[in-house]
Amino acid sequence: MWQDLYSGLQEQNFIIIAVAMDSRADAARPWIEAAAPTYPALIDRDHRVAELYNMVNVPQAVWINEAGRIVRPAENAGAFEAFRSLDFETMTVPEDKAATATAAKTTYVNAVRDWVLSGADSGYVFNDEQARARITVPSAEIAQAHCHFRLGQYLLRQARADEGQEHLAEASRLHPASWNIWRQAAAVNDLGLAAGPEFWERVNALGDAYYYPPVDMADMPK
Amino acid sequence: MATILSERGEFSVNAGPGKGLWLGAAEAATATGWSLRPEGLCRGEICVPAPKGREAEFTTADMVNLAAFWDHLVMPAAHSRDGDVWALGEGADNRAASLQSLQAPDFSLPDPDGTAHSLSDYHGKKVLLATWASW
Repeated sequence: MWQDLYSGLQEQNFIIIAVAMDSRADAARPWIEAAAPTYPALIDRDHRVAELYNMVNVPQAVWINEAGRIVRPAENAGAFEAFRSLDFETMTVPEDKAATATAAKTTYVNAVRDWVLSGADSGYVFNDEQARARITVPSAEIAQAHCHFRLGQYLLRQARADEGQEHLAEASRLHPASWNIWRQAAAVNDLGLAAGPEFWERVNALGDAYYYPPVDMADMPK
Repeated sequence: MATILSERGEFSVNAGPGKGLWLGAAEAATATGWSLRPEGLCRGEICVPAPKGREAEFTTADMVNLAAFWDHLVMPAAHSRDGDVWALGEGADNRAASLQSLQAPDFSLPDPDGTAHSLSDYHGKKVLLATWASW
């Protein structure tokens, strides 16, 4: 997903770290092999990064500067929810929505490039106060949810499936806003996507709320 | 034997009998980073004494009930039905403080070949930390 961006910037003291929120390494591996990234592609079976950075969906991204400081906290990495306008008869999305999705992705990628080339002078970099204002921090329930998720994944790896699933369900109950937790636990269809009827019910229940909240950038298409 | 899943990793420990999660002080320190001292259970500068009158639920001379301390500290914990696997998490307050410090939390994860990479390996570069999933 990021190789084109990275190829043009790898001489710029810049690295991409891609993290797959995948409890089964075998599910992520073919995608990584096909993409053949020249940056690290890591597998996060316990969703550790989501826990540390309070992430709830994919794709989300964090910008971290040379000093290891967060200059854009966890946010949607340029995805636009065109899929919510999917026509189930034709299995296509309207052209205008597809175009917005492409434009959103392009805007985000261009913003990353601007940051890599301009550093702290980039208009997309937040100062400390702005960054703090945009950080969402975990509640006690969310922290507890990640504990159940981790225990559940461990039990699944020990072939204690029923008990493991109970803990994943408890994790999702405690942290309903996390699509990562819910979709990881959900049954997968033959495409390997947790996108069955229950997923659509859950998406539709969002109503006017976003699945991919628009990235906080002035030129981001909405 | 019991398994502890903590911030520090995965540990096999000799858990003692009784309600909760009783460990020898040395094992508890290795698995969690919290050490038993005369003043209480300590990590860095912070020491948490057992509540007055309930000391027996928390510590003996050389054993510590991590479950009791985790509960007392309002830190997240979950355990298997048989009590043979415990996940001991970091408290939400600490996570929040860590994020608000704006210092990016470090982690170490494997690539598909099993080679571990840490965020801190890339200190000195700009990092786009980006998540995705197959599902």
